[in-house]
Amino acid sequence: MKHTISELEDIASQVRRDCLRMVHAVQSGHPGASLGCADFFTALYFEVLNHNPEFTMKGEGEDLFFLSNGHISPVWYSVLARSGYFDVSELATFRKLDSRLQGHPTTHEGLPGVRIASGSLGQGLSVAIGAALAKKIDGDKGLIYTLMGDGELQEGQNWEALMFAPFHKVDNLIASVDYNGQQIDGPTEKVLSLENLQAKFEAFGWHVITSDGNDMGEITKALHYAKSLTGKGKPILNLMSTQMGYGVDFMVGTHKWHGSAPSDEQLKTALDQIKETAGDY
Amino acid sequence: MKKYTYTEKKDTRSGFGAGLHEAGKRNENVVALCADLVGSLKMDAFIKDFPERFVQVGIAEANMMGIAAGLTIGGKIPFTGTFANFSTGRVYDQIRQSIAYSGKNVKICASHAGLTLGEDGATHQILEDIGLMKMLPGMVVINPCDYNQTKAATLAIMDYEGPVYLRFGRPVIPVFTPEDQKFEIGKAWMVNEGTDVTILATGHMVWRAIEAGEKLAELGIDAEIINIHTIKPLDDEAILKSVKKTGCVVTCEEHNKFGGLGESVARLLTTEYLAPQEFVAVNDSFGESATPDQLMTKYKLDPADIVAAAQKVIARKK
Repeated sequence: MKHTISELEDIASQVRRDCLRMVHAVQSGHPGASLGCADFFTALYFEVLNHNPEFTMKGEGEDLFFLSNGHISPVWYSVLARSGYFDVSELATFRKLDSRLQGHPTTHEGLPGVRIASGSLGQGLSVAIGAALAKKIDGDKGLIYTLMGDGELQEGQNWEALMFAPFHKVDNLIASVDYNGQQIDGPTEKVLSLENLQAKFEAFGWHVITSDGNDMGEITKALHYAKSLTGKGKPILNLMSTQMGYGVDFMVGTHKWHGSAPSDEQLKTALDQIKETAGDY
Repeated sequence: MKKYTYTEKKDTRSGFGAGLHEAGKRNENVVALCADLVGSLKMDAFIKDFPERFVQVGIAEANMMGIAAGLTIGGKIPFTGTFANFSTGRVYDQIRQSIAYSGKNVKICASHAGLTLGEDGATHQILEDIGLMKMLPGMVVINPCDYNQTKAATLAIMDYEGPVYLRFGRPVIPVFTPEDQKFEIGKAWMVNEGTDVTILATGHMVWRAIEAGEKLAELGIDAEIINIHTIKPLDDEAILKSVKKTGCVVTCEEHNKFGGLGESVARLLTTEYLAPQEFVAVNDSFGESATPDQLMTKYKLDPADIVAAAQKVIARKK
């Protein structure tokens, strides 16, 4: 372990503050799942990923991460900045004119850490598979990680990719699903039920593990365990339960904060619940 | 009129297959992907010699485009292969976000473009692909005219850094360009110098323009014929130079008249040098089942249609 669980929790706390402040500043963006995935991103970038903030597109010998549900860009940007890819002061440019921190992540403005544009849903897993195949061709031992939203699984391209990876034994790939059960129009169970996701992934040939994405100890353990499962002939799927809006009492567990910004007063109430641990940007 | 002859007829898709095989030999980063159309895309030779660099994706074109984008991140040069319809319209958003906007070095190689796919009918005959692809910022669009040129183009795009759409077709057509040609992306190819009318043709229409040029010569009309194998970036300089000499232009393409080569030329002329233009193209229509020759006649893409368009546009010159 590079950090104690308590240290990781402190980082995640600062990341949550960043997310809220970024979205509040421009009164737009997606705080709900950003908060829900803060623990996952912190565990990944500060504990699990073998990565170099001196960014290169190829990332030779490194582990690479791809975000498929690009709308949760605030949490990714915060973690990239906090882990040294760029200065945290740049978080203040989020969604503003001429910023590298576009509403949805892109390579177009050259932001270190981002290797593909995402936002139009359902494309990240395919890209991750391609990057994993390139690593295999080169004999590069680095692993590929990706995160998808659960609502995003309604996009058909995911199921093409889910069918492909086990058949082609893409076993250097760890895909996580942010299983928060919410999407823009309401609970996934009401919009278009995902039914038994674990059974579906297993039927497609993935090695599925489940985890609690809002328990730092557990998500860190789950990602380490997922890593130990690589190289055994199957891609790994981490079905990670989270709560949208986790960490803020009036935001938690509802789709209402999927894509809405807090008011000045709501921001104050929210920040009062989240410890400033590494200094606000 | 310069005399063009040919000794054999071949399909441009076979030129792609030969070019891909050669590309695989020249550069170990070349990777090929196919969505269950290996035989149609003539990828067998590449697969035989480089099985570890071939990815059979199955009938899943969206996934293929995403995987190709991902492969570039590892420094690979992926060539995707399927029919033009499934290479563009079916996967437009994947190309837009994961390839074009992300600036990825993917070569989208598209066979069976246009009406000459023939009997399979309109579901498979895309006539909108040039328009779809040329609208994407940064996308290069190439439509070579015969086997040799398609092979040369396939090798040229390997050495070009950035997304490319390479369009070719199914039918066998005359092989009339040199085997050892150097293919320069964005550089128009002078087929015949003339003074009365400029004929700009792309893809399968180039040979038809040559046949039209011979008929026009018999009628005493001296046509300048230019092969526009690269629709984007367009060779503005070559086109303007020719039209300033002849004073009028006919554009010829196996594509809808909306969104194709003709519209790119019209945009150039309206901003730089006004001159009358006629379009030999499909008139905002889907195709249908029949032999390629029957379809080219019905949809007015024959040499006779080019001759008529040339006569009409010359008459419009002031």
